[in-house]
Amino acid sequence: MKILVGVKRVLDHNVKVRVRADGSAVDLDNVKMAINPFDEIAVEAAVRLKEEGVATEVIAVSIGPEKAQDTLRQALAMGADRAILVPHGGTTEPLSVAKTLKALAEKENAGLVILGKQAIDDDCNQTGQMLAALLGWPQGTFASGLSVTGEQIEVTREVDGGLETVALNLPAIVTADLRLNEPRFASLPAIMKAKKKPLESITAESLGVDLAPRLELVGVVEPPVRAAGGVIVATAAELVEKLKHAAAIA
Amino acid sequence: MATLIIAEHDNSILKPATLNTVAAAVAIGGDVALLVAGEGCQAVADQAAQVAGVSKVLLADNAAYGHQLAENVAPLVAELAKTAGFDYVLAPATTTGKNLLPRVAALLDVGQLSDIVAVESADTFKRPIYAGNAIATVKSLDAIKVITVRGTAFDPVAAEGGSASVEAVTAVHDAALSRFIGEEVAKSDRPELTSARVIISGGRGMGNGENFALLEKVADKLGAAVGASRAAVDAGFVPNDMQVGQTGKIVAPELYIAVGISGAIQHLAGMKDSKVIVAINKDEEAPIFQVADYGLVADLFEAVPELDSSL
Repeated sequence: MKILVGVKRVLDHNVKVRVRADGSAVDLDNVKMAINPFDEIAVEAAVRLKEEGVATEVIAVSIGPEKAQDTLRQALAMGADRAILVPHGGTTEPLSVAKTLKALAEKENAGLVILGKQAIDDDCNQTGQMLAALLGWPQGTFASGLSVTGEQIEVTREVDGGLETVALNLPAIVTADLRLNEPRFASLPAIMKAKKKPLESITAESLGVDLAPRLELVGVVEPPVRAAGGVIVATAAELVEKLKHAAAIA
Repeated sequence: MATLIIAEHDNSILKPATLNTVAAAVAIGGDVALLVAGEGCQAVADQAAQVAGVSKVLLADNAAYGHQLAENVAPLVAELAKTAGFDYVLAPATTTGKNLLPRVAALLDVGQLSDIVAVESADTFKRPIYAGNAIATVKSLDAIKVITVRGTAFDPVAAEGGSASVEAVTAVHDAALSRFIGEEVAKSDRPELTSARVIISGGRGMGNGENFALLEKVADKLGAAVGASRAAVDAGFVPNDMQVGQTGKIVAPELYIAVGISGAIQHLAGMKDSKVIVAINKDEEAPIFQVADYGLVADLFEAVPELDSSL
C-alpha cells in the first residue's frame, strides 16, 4: 500500500505573527518558515507504517511556493521515499488543495492519505475532510491512534468528550492530532541522503485542477488588545477580595 | 434566505453549542431550520423545537446516523441543502461540526469558513487565523455558504419560547464505509469547559496529575470547570479533552484562573477572550502575566490552598 502525506510550509509556530500596516495581510517577509507541526506528525505516522511493513512507499506532497521544497526535503529526511511539489504562488485554500490531492491520490493509486488535522496559519481544519468527500473515502479525523488490519484501519479519535474509535474501510483518509506520535528528528546522514531522493514537480494544470480561491480576503487586523496594567496582588486572600469587588465571583 | 443548522446532541440532549450557532444564524437573517440527525433522538427534536428563533426542525432518525459518522450524515446535509434551497449551512465549531462540515462543503463544491467570530454582512465574516493572533475578514464567493461558528463569540439564544414544527426526513444515506466501535467518555460532574462561567486550569507547574485535586477543590467552591494547558496534557497529568488552546478547546468564561501555566501563544489562543483572567505563577516573567487582570506571583502549592481557604 502506498501512503500519500500532505505537508504545508507555514510560519514557524514560535514566531509571533505581525499584521501588515495596511491591513492587507499577515507579514510573511523575512520570517522563519517551517513544516506545519501536525504534518510532521502525519509524516511520522506514515514512516512508522512503512517500518511496520504495512506501507510499501511513502510519498510526501506539498502545494505552494518553490521554497516548499525545503519542507518536502524535511519529510524525505524523516523517511518519506519521494516527494511531489505542486508549485503555486498565491494562497492555497483547502478545497483546491483537496482537489489537487485527489488527483495525486488517484494518479499514485494511494491506499491511505495522512494529513495534519489543521494548518497553524489559516487554522481551517478542512482539507482532510474535503479530500475524503471528493474521493468518496471514509475519514478518521483528529487521530491519536491508528492500526491497520487487512482491508481496515482502526482510528482512535480525539473528540470533545474524550476518545472515540471507528473502523474505516481502506482506502481512507486520516488526519493527525498532536497525540498520535512524537515525530523523530532527522539525523545528519538522513538529511544528506534526502538530498538525493526524487522530488518531482507537477503543475496543477496538468492535474486538471483550478486553484482559484473561493474566498476573498477583505482585510486582516490585530485582535483587540487587553487593557494593559494587570494588578499584581500579594496574597491569595487579597486576590479573592479583588475578584469579589470585580464581581467575578460571588 | 434560509439557514440550515446541524444540531449538536448525543441522541438525548441538545447541546448548548447549538444555541450559540442559532444566534449567528439570527445575525445573518432569514429563516432558521435545525437538523437533528441521530438515532432515537425524538427528545432532541422536541427540545430543538423550543429554541427561540428556529422556524423548523428536521428530524432524521435512523440507525445510520446514530453515531453521526460524517460519511453518512454529510450526504444527507448536502442533499437537504440542495433540494430544500438553503443558502447557509451552519454547525458549531465542535469536534463533531469540524468533522462533518468540510465534507458537506466539498460535496457541494463550495469553500468552507471555519470558526467565525462575527457576521459582518450576508457574505462577509470575521475569523481568527494564526492562533487568534490576527483576525481576518473574509468574503465568500460561493452560492451556498458553509460555516462553523465559534460558540464563545455569540451569546446563546433562549432554549425555550420557540414553537417550531418538527418534520421527519426519511432519506437514508448509509455509505457503509465506516463503523463506530466504541468510546471512552471522560466522566465529570463539573460544568462543561466550553460553557462554564468560571474555569480554573493547570499547567506543567502542577507537577503531576494528583495535584490537580488542589484545583478541583477550588473549582467545586466556584462551580467551575477544570482545564489544562497542552504541557499538562502532553506530560500525561490529565486527559486531552481538558486542553484549552489553539488545538484544544476555545473558551471565554467570566473568570479564567491559570495556575502554573506560562502562557504560550498556543494556550492564549484558547482563553484570551475570557472576561477576567487571573494568573498564579512563581515566575514573574511568565507571559501569562501580560494578559492577566490579576496576577499572584507565588508558589502554587501554597497559593492554591490559601485561595481555597479564602473562598
